[in-house]
Amino acid sequence: MAAALIAPLIEVSGLGKDYAMGNTLVAALRGVDLRIDRGEFVAIMGASGSGKSTFMNLLGCLDKPSRGRYRLAGEEVSGLSGDALARVRNQRIGFVFQHFNLLARTSALDNVALPLLYGHTPAAERTQRARQRLSEVGLGERLAHQPSQLSGGQQQRVAIARALVNNPTLLLADEPTGALDTHTSLEIMALLQALNRGGLTVVLVTHEHDIARHARRIITFRDGEVISDQPNTVLPA
Amino acid sequence: MSPLATLRIALLALRINKLRSALTMLGIIIGVAAVIIMIAVGRGAQLRVQDQIRSLGSNIVMVLNGTNTSGGARGGAGSQPTIFEEDAYALGREIEEVQAAAPTLRGSGQVVFGNANWSTVFYGTTTDYLTVREWGIAEGRPFEDAEMNGAGKVALIGQTVANSLFGDANPVDQVIRIRKVPLTVIGVLERKGQNMMGQDQDDIVLMPLSTARNRIMGNPASPGKSRNISSIMVKMRDGPQMDQGIAHMRELLRQRHRLQDDQDDDFYVRNLSEILEAQEAASKVMAMLLAAVASVSLLVGGIGIMNIMLVSVTERTREIGLRMAVGARGRDILLQFLVEAVTLSLIGGLLGIALGIGGQELIARFAGWPTVLSLDAMLLAAGFAAFVGVFFGYYPARKAASLSPIDALRYE
Repeated sequence: MAAALIAPLIEVSGLGKDYAMGNTLVAALRGVDLRIDRGEFVAIMGASGSGKSTFMNLLGCLDKPSRGRYRLAGEEVSGLSGDALARVRNQRIGFVFQHFNLLARTSALDNVALPLLYGHTPAAERTQRARQRLSEVGLGERLAHQPSQLSGGQQQRVAIARALVNNPTLLLADEPTGALDTHTSLEIMALLQALNRGGLTVVLVTHEHDIARHARRIITFRDGEVISDQPNTVLPA
Repeated sequence: MSPLATLRIALLALRINKLRSALTMLGIIIGVAAVIIMIAVGRGAQLRVQDQIRSLGSNIVMVLNGTNTSGGARGGAGSQPTIFEEDAYALGREIEEVQAAAPTLRGSGQVVFGNANWSTVFYGTTTDYLTVREWGIAEGRPFEDAEMNGAGKVALIGQTVANSLFGDANPVDQVIRIRKVPLTVIGVLERKGQNMMGQDQDDIVLMPLSTARNRIMGNPASPGKSRNISSIMVKMRDGPQMDQGIAHMRELLRQRHRLQDDQDDDFYVRNLSEILEAQEAASKVMAMLLAAVASVSLLVGGIGIMNIMLVSVTERTREIGLRMAVGARGRDILLQFLVEAVTLSLIGGLLGIALGIGGQELIARFAGWPTVLSLDAMLLAAGFAAFVGVFFGYYPARKAASLSPIDALRYE
């Protein structure tokens, strides 16, 4: 375990992904080498089709790479089975999506507790942890509300609480502000920054510079390759 | 994930789409109810036939008069008086397979008591008749030997006659009249109900054979001389020798009637039990057919479940993707959809059982058909419903489980 702690959180080398389009193989990702350490706040940028989403899916263990290696917290995950990947997603990674992806007609509490359900957590502990996470994102008063009764910003907070409920080491946010207005977007970004300051590694995919500038490191993709990787020096106040 | 949690997730998903769940269940509800009702109706029909066999008495063989041909026109069965009282006694005495044989002389007429009267059939017979028909006496006593031999003016009456003439009063020891002959009612027969032709078997008056012949039907030309009777009711002993016994009966009757080898029988032997048994077999086939047709509707209900589950998988693809993203394995998803399908079919099955019980009750009450509700029919229908749920739920569930998380999440 010592090695796992010393190792970078994310270490990919020669990572590639091909998609079959009819009879031809299209390379969405052409050999990416990257390492991301614990506690980083990384924004991944790029136009649509640049491969940033594909990269994100591979980081999230939602998809398997065609080539290359991916070590998450020192563990090689590129060759794991579907069930093992589901366990990695459940235990190590939290997801935040553009469209929140909450279960309709299900209370905020039950939505947040969903990952615990698949993680075999006892019922009493599920409720207690889900409630705690909801208070942490400022929704302690809206436990029983259903998604349709919440604003977009509140829904995204529920989604963030859900992503955090299993104490992941990595938070992946895919255009988390894409469906929100500017003001709410800033609130969500402030929340992510606060979480990052608390020690959580955050990887954010976005195509908006205004959003990316909240991160401390910006990686830009084009045509399936990393074209720039630099620290963000102009953090907003 | 624990089975309980899976069940909770499935119930939640079903509750979210209440209307659709209800409509899906409808197919199973109707299917299960149809199976239960049809089995109940079929069993009821069977039971009715069995009752008729029982009410007729078991192992009954009837001997009837032969036909008469005059001027080229052949009369029907019984048109020629060929069997006699003594034939009945001989059958009972000499044929080993015969348990009892009762001569009967049938007539009909108006029965009068006080100012009430009633048209009925009467039989002059012997006490053996009650043995043959397995008919008990509800009230009073059977005929005595002296009454049998001496044309006693006594009668046993059926329930229908008793009600028509006496209402609620006790008919025993009252005097009724048939064709102006006074007869003392010595007993009331037990209720037998309808026979297989729908005739009321309780609409009957029994009297000693001698009484019927000498006092009531007496031929003015030769009173008391004709020993001819209408029929002989024979009860065969239990066992496999029924056909053999009938052959022996025919042999004896031919001998007694002095028929040559080349002459046809001048009497008819009818095995009534055989007719009823054939009818029972037919009703059994009918019951099975009804159940088979009903189970087709259950099958259709199952296809309905598959259809809805497939739609549900497509519609909830993003939900499936999200569940996978937060850690659901393929088998968790498979189980969830399978449990949904089985829950639908089981709840549908239970409601169907309730509807089936209600339905057969209505049929019994308003259509007047006898129905028999049976536990095994209910278990069969419910079990089949659960099987349908698993069978038709598996394919959509498999489809959901085999989605790749990323395709499911991106699904628009």
